[in-house]
Amino acid sequence: MNPMVKDRVAPSSAGVTGVSFGDNERLAAQKGGATGQGAVPAASPAKSRPPVRYARKQYWNEPEMTLWEKAYLPEVLKGLAITTGIFLRNMGKWLTGRKGAVTTYYPEERRADYAPRNRGKHILTQRPDGSPQCIACNMCATVCPAKVIEIESGFDPNDPAHPKYPVRFEIDYSRCVFCGMCVEACPEDAIRMQDDVPNLVSDDRYNMWMTMDEMLTWNPQQDVAKPYPPKPVPLVLGESVKRGRGQ
Amino acid sequence: MNSVLPDLVVSLVFIGYAMVMLLSFGGLLTWVERKQSAVMADRVGANRAYIRIPFTNIKLVWLGLFHGMADGLKMLLKENFKPKTHDAVGYFLAPFIVFTPVLLVFAVVPFGGTVIPGQLIPALAGWFGDRAYPMQIANLDAGLLVVFAFSSLGIIGAMLAGWASDNKFSLLGGLRAGSQMISYELVMGLTVLGLILVYGTVNLGDIVRQQSGTIGGVLPAWGIFYQPVAAFLFLTAAIAENKRIPFDLPEAESELIAGYFTEYSAMKLGLFMFSEFIQIAVVGALFATLFLGGYNLPFMTDAGFSLPGGTEIALSQAVRVPLQLVTFLGKVALLCVIQIQIRWTLPRFRYDQMLGLSWKMLLPLSLANLAVTVVWMWLAGGGQ
Repeated sequence: MNPMVKDRVAPSSAGVTGVSFGDNERLAAQKGGATGQGAVPAASPAKSRPPVRYARKQYWNEPEMTLWEKAYLPEVLKGLAITTGIFLRNMGKWLTGRKGAVTTYYPEERRADYAPRNRGKHILTQRPDGSPQCIACNMCATVCPAKVIEIESGFDPNDPAHPKYPVRFEIDYSRCVFCGMCVEACPEDAIRMQDDVPNLVSDDRYNMWMTMDEMLTWNPQQDVAKPYPPKPVPLVLGESVKRGRGQ
Repeated sequence: MNSVLPDLVVSLVFIGYAMVMLLSFGGLLTWVERKQSAVMADRVGANRAYIRIPFTNIKLVWLGLFHGMADGLKMLLKENFKPKTHDAVGYFLAPFIVFTPVLLVFAVVPFGGTVIPGQLIPALAGWFGDRAYPMQIANLDAGLLVVFAFSSLGIIGAMLAGWASDNKFSLLGGLRAGSQMISYELVMGLTVLGLILVYGTVNLGDIVRQQSGTIGGVLPAWGIFYQPVAAFLFLTAAIAENKRIPFDLPEAESELIAGYFTEYSAMKLGLFMFSEFIQIAVVGALFATLFLGGYNLPFMTDAGFSLPGGTEIALSQAVRVPLQLVTFLGKVALLCVIQIQIRWTLPRFRYDQMLGLSWKMLLPLSLANLAVTVVWMWLAGGGQ
């Protein structure tokens, strides 16, 4: 054993016993003082130490039970009536062909009431020609806390406005935490999250990757913030640039 | 005519019936417990295990009934892990000592009225003659005493399991099991004493037959109407005997992991679980026998119905025997459902509260019940 650890253990254990001893003393003295039945001097523990009895702490909001509740049985029956009522209600629903549960039988059953802002499955927005809006800048992959996004970029000499494009864009849903940081980080509004959940139920984690093809199936395709091809923008030099030139 | 062989055959048939009934109750109750708790909690419950018909893609789910089978198979195939320092003999024996008495208790419980095989199946008339058999494995005069003798054996198994595992949690669980079961067995015995006074016998078959009458011509003469307090106390004590929530202190998982069977795995653990579920059925059977008229419907005897209005409906044996068997099974099933409902409703007691309930509440109550019964029987007997 490490001697340092030994050193650390020995005094602390002694200290613990010492503290508990003193605690009892203090507790007894406090109790005596509070009730006014003669405080026991802490200096003479050997002579007459009053038995420190364990007393459960009384909280200020301790519930007061009525006699009816203390009898226990009526409350037991009340509880049984509640659970049996729920049981019979749900059983009646099941027996008449309705659903008696609030849970969803996923993946056979899908909830229809996902909130519109639910962060679920990722989608990649598209340009009117069907190519992904993504410019493979890797900002989503960088910001992703779970490191689930893998992008392989390619070079497209025919599109001078967006020379970089994703050859591969894959998300590992076995690790995705659905935080939405990728959506926040994207400068091109290329990745969004749908309210639907990704249907990737699998026994195998390697089957839980979603590829670019699946993410590009989203409609409507035109709903992107940036028009394409981009409008020619006159070059306006900012103040800072001008200042920099002046120096 | 040879008389031993027909007796043997009938006994074997009864034993087979009782074993199949208890074991299938034990298996089914695991499913019932899951489904019932799920329905109570707005859930769907176990519904994934299936059997696929070979060479097709048809999967039989059947409301998750196969989960019990899947569990049993899992238990059988798991590694039988043993702690390094366990006491080999005690550790090996404990599950069996827990499991066997639960099955043995049922030996004296009648699950049907008298059957005369020679009349029921005319083809066998030459062989059986007109011999009559009560549908009960052992028609013992000491019926109820045997029940208590066997059911108290379970304590030994629980304590042995706790001791032999060489684990502090197990030991604590075993200690708790011992003190709890002894406390509640006392209550159980005292509550039943009142019933014995009323019926004047401990033969369970006789007790059932005495319950076919009426009280005041209206109520069926069931034990629950003679001794309502005893019925309540008996059910409480029986659930506590069975160590299920709200009395699951010996295996309180938030305190003791799994209590006295913490160190058990594979089918040995399965035996503990299984005996618990079978004991639910056995408690149900005992309660039905002692308090709910056993295998008889209200106002029914082996001869047929004699309704309060004075109407007599005779029943032939071919109708009566299946009716009695089904009635008994129905009563047991209902009582199992009630026990499971209680288990999924009430939270666990604190340990001191649990023992306090036994010694400060239930024991005085059962003594008072016994005293009242004694005085009442004395007055009913003319005060002599």
